[in-house]
Amino acid sequence: MSLFRKSLAVVVAAIAGFGLGAAPTFAQNEQFIPRLVYRTGPYAPNGIPFADGYADYLDMIDARDGGVGGVKITYEECETSYNNDKGVECYERLKNHGPTGASLVDPLSTGITYALIERATADKIPVVSMGYGRADASDGAVFPYVFTLPATYWAQADALIKYVGDQMGGLDKLKSKKIGLVYIDIAYGKEPITTLEKLSQKYGYTFLKYPVSAPGIEQSATWLQIRQQRPDWLFMWGWGVMNSTAIKGAASIGYPMDHYIGVWWSGAEPDVVPAGAAADGYKSGTFHGTGQDYPAVKDILKHVYDKNGGHTTRDKVGEVLYNRGVINAIYDLEAIRTAQAKFGKKPLKGEDVQWGYEHLDITPQRITQLGADGLMVPIQLSCANHEGNGKVRIQQWDGKHWHFVSDWIQPDRGMLTEMYKESALAYAKEKGITPRDCSKEE
Amino acid sequence: MIYREVGEFKTSYAADQAIFPIRQDRLLVLAALAAAYLVIPIVGSEYWLLTIMIPFLVYALAALGLNLLTGYAGQVSLGTGGFMAVGAFATYKLTTAFPGLNIVFALILAGTITALVGLLFGFPSLRIKGFYLAVATLASQFFLIWMFNKFPWFYNYSASGVISAPPRAIFGQVYVTGAEADARAKYLFVLTVVLLLALAAKGLVRGRIGRSWMAIRDMDVAAEIIGIRPLRTKLLAFALSSFYCGIAGAMWAFIYTSAVEASAFEIDRSFQILFMIIIGGLGSILGSFLGAAFIVLLPIFLDNAPRLVGLDVPVNLVTNLQTMIFGALIIFFLIVEPNGLARLWAIGKEKLRLWPFPH
Amino acid sequence: MDFVSTIFLTPFANMADNPEFVVEVVIGGLLAGVMYSLVALGFVLIFKASGVFNFAQGTMVLFAALTFVGLIEHGLPIWSAFVIAIVVMVLLAVAIERLVLRPLVNQEPIILFMATIGLAFFLEGFGQLVWGGDVHPLDIGIPKAPLIIGGVLVNEFDLVAAAVAGSLVAALALFFQHTAVGRALRAVADDHQAAQSVGIPLRSIWIIVWSVAGVVGLVAGIMWGSRLGVQFSISLVALKALPVLILGGFTSVPGAIVGGLIVGVGEKVAEVFWGPAFGGAIEDWFAYALALGFLLFRPHGLFGEHIIERV
Repeated sequence: MSLFRKSLAVVVAAIAGFGLGAAPTFAQNEQFIPRLVYRTGPYAPNGIPFADGYADYLDMIDARDGGVGGVKITYEECETSYNNDKGVECYERLKNHGPTGASLVDPLSTGITYALIERATADKIPVVSMGYGRADASDGAVFPYVFTLPATYWAQADALIKYVGDQMGGLDKLKSKKIGLVYIDIAYGKEPITTLEKLSQKYGYTFLKYPVSAPGIEQSATWLQIRQQRPDWLFMWGWGVMNSTAIKGAASIGYPMDHYIGVWWSGAEPDVVPAGAAADGYKSGTFHGTGQDYPAVKDILKHVYDKNGGHTTRDKVGEVLYNRGVINAIYDLEAIRTAQAKFGKKPLKGEDVQWGYEHLDITPQRITQLGADGLMVPIQLSCANHEGNGKVRIQQWDGKHWHFVSDWIQPDRGMLTEMYKESALAYAKEKGITPRDCSKEE
Repeated sequence: MIYREVGEFKTSYAADQAIFPIRQDRLLVLAALAAAYLVIPIVGSEYWLLTIMIPFLVYALAALGLNLLTGYAGQVSLGTGGFMAVGAFATYKLTTAFPGLNIVFALILAGTITALVGLLFGFPSLRIKGFYLAVATLASQFFLIWMFNKFPWFYNYSASGVISAPPRAIFGQVYVTGAEADARAKYLFVLTVVLLLALAAKGLVRGRIGRSWMAIRDMDVAAEIIGIRPLRTKLLAFALSSFYCGIAGAMWAFIYTSAVEASAFEIDRSFQILFMIIIGGLGSILGSFLGAAFIVLLPIFLDNAPRLVGLDVPVNLVTNLQTMIFGALIIFFLIVEPNGLARLWAIGKEKLRLWPFPH
Repeated sequence: MDFVSTIFLTPFANMADNPEFVVEVVIGGLLAGVMYSLVALGFVLIFKASGVFNFAQGTMVLFAALTFVGLIEHGLPIWSAFVIAIVVMVLLAVAIERLVLRPLVNQEPIILFMATIGLAFFLEGFGQLVWGGDVHPLDIGIPKAPLIIGGVLVNEFDLVAAAVAGSLVAALALFFQHTAVGRALRAVADDHQAAQSVGIPLRSIWIIVWSVAGVVGLVAGIMWGSRLGVQFSISLVALKALPVLILGGFTSVPGAIVGGLIVGVGEKVAEVFWGPAFGGAIEDWFAYALALGFLLFRPHGLFGEHIIERV
């Protein structure tokens, strides 16, 4: 028992030390960004490249430019395993790190976004849910501290319908066609349904829903039904192992891959590679470019990988999710830069970065300066519009690479803004929040 | 030397039957209560209150509920997550449909609704036993989560199926849910609810109902023969256990994470709570708390340990090591004391009563 | 009334309309069920011989698959990787017996169950530590083409899986019935103490059983890994195997197969024909509800041992 007692003593002492909370010390001229990542667990194959891309970009900016406006960017990763309560714990632990606290937070999970919205708003730290999270948070009047740039799920759904209409020779050709949605039966997967139903009434197509129970490792029943009903086009809102299983399912029933389009979280290498040759021709939506052929990405290779740094291997730089991490970093740093223009070139508080995000205006010239031509589109946010009217593009997998098969598509902004407002007002009513008056704000 | 029981005489039946008969124990408990009510809210940072103490208390309550069912009544159940979900969604529907309803009443009503649901899903226990019952309760678990995912009425037709807690106050001004709620108010509210319910549970298990549960657990055939009615006893166990789990789920959704979807109460949650009561000690109120502390706090501690010692370790390495150490510690504790941490504590106390004498 | 008709009338009308589709769904269900049985077999083996419900079986499947695919990615040919993976699983079984089972001998089943939970956590962390969190595609040449036989769509892969499962069960049956070790295993499953008293070494038996379960897990891991790619989510197939166990009985090898077939068919037929009435995706809980229904008539599963309780 004495070994037990000794180990007990060590544990107690350590807990005491932990309780007194040795706060890490930071140099004064640093801007801190907490990084909620998932490198373990069922969604690790998708989380790892995203985290790597983001971290590598920050390392590159620090190495090449010495930070943003001379202020070094520091970050600390915290593992959430895509778990909501771990995400909350990571946020609470990291929100006060750094000389001015956390500048912003990227939850990288719809569930964690929902859990953090209230807290972060109270703490005045912007939540950047890039291409996921609450679509109606695009209404900045109700959600001052949530940013959904460059496009939400509702926008993607509309863009997909536009693409399909385009492929069929016009949106009027959609009448009497069948469009199906294979989705994972959780909050994330259900997001596009209201939009697709609304559009089915507008354009006259039949909307078929194919829910798959999470985690989606057994889908043969779903695909037999799809084979029976033969929808003309198929969309997918899946995540994790569901994606590759679904692609194999489609191949096993001989569904034409070029009529099968996934959302941007169902269109990356971990989804198509396990399916092998069966996945050739599969399409997905995206809001950024893939590959290493951009000056910004080349700079990462030069300033980070050539100097023996980097969080992954050279051949993985430029993958879909890696580049997504890169542009997430670009957006975040540009917001900080915008905020520095007003508040000065020093470490900024979350409130200041929120101002920076609301006044974010990435012009084509700026994009060229960043070395991101073709990697991203110009975007402009405002108090009322936290989405920025971003555009969507369709890409296709050819067995080795993803390449664009459409131009940049602008979804129906009029319809979407109305939908956001309606949903956001319902939320405000439920929570007793008074929406801001954006015309009065600067 | 610590437990000086010399001179302590009980002069009334009530004193003899007290929960903590030894004076030093009472003092210890009072000190713990003082620390919990006075020291922690003042000294504790928001991080401690919101992500360590509140989840610990909520989990402890759920573990308490499951312990009543599995530890005391012997009905192994893996449906805890589902019942927590019932509590969470019931509270949501009640607070959104009746905005004037006090949160305490909403919690009690939600608990009652969960108790009725638990009663319904407890019927198979009359025919099925042991591990088979456990896997049968999984049917209720999966069904409930599916139901809350599928029928939009439960989440007021929002696009995503996530329910978020409207702000509610007790005593008119003190908010315990929603954005304005102060971390300390939340913590004190959860602490009070959990302690009151733990006291009620202690009373339950020391009385006739608890004894009938334990009789069913130990030898249900013999219990039936001496006149304990298995139908009533088992269903009562399911109902009361679900009441506790429902309130725990409601507090999870409303106070801890403030926005929740059905998948937060998936099968993993049920397993987690089962682990808590096995590690903490089946059939022990204190064990529920100890087990909850072990399962909730230890991973956080292990995740933070390298940073404290100054090592810069990549996060996935830390998480994987943490999982491995966690698993190894479970096996270690089981080898050392199969009856759980509560038994270790009881043995410790026994030794302290004699110390420094050997017997 | 409308809802009632969608439960009681429409599905049968649909079935009558498309008999070929019904056959397709049933065959698809049978083949899916076979994949579940592969995982359930591991559970049954261990429960039969040591009375332990091995919560770590799913993680063992994942760990075995990770070892196998990791060795292949390092350049080893398939058969060497297979043999080395078997050796690894045997070593794992030895370690488990020494470190987990032996100190906990004679404890209650729920304690042993909890110990296997600790084991599951340990293997999960260890597997991801050694082989990483990425998805590893696995292709050992199993044909995957869809076949159309008599108007019914069947996948070659599923047929191969059925053949593998069938041969595995046959091999296990031979092992249990016709070898001395198999007899010893059956003796231990009947009564630990009696087996010990006739001189059967419990420790070696446990090592053998856990090794066999490990090898079964390896086969299951290879089949599921070929299907999904080897990744963390494979350990979740264990949840699919649980209703199979309840239906078939925890202690029966043929029960695992029959249970798997019933669960597979039941799940798919319910999902396709009754699913739309409920909004779809009922597979998850339907399998358990089905097993529960069976349990109400046979509380120990179809083929499980009927435990006689005495006061």
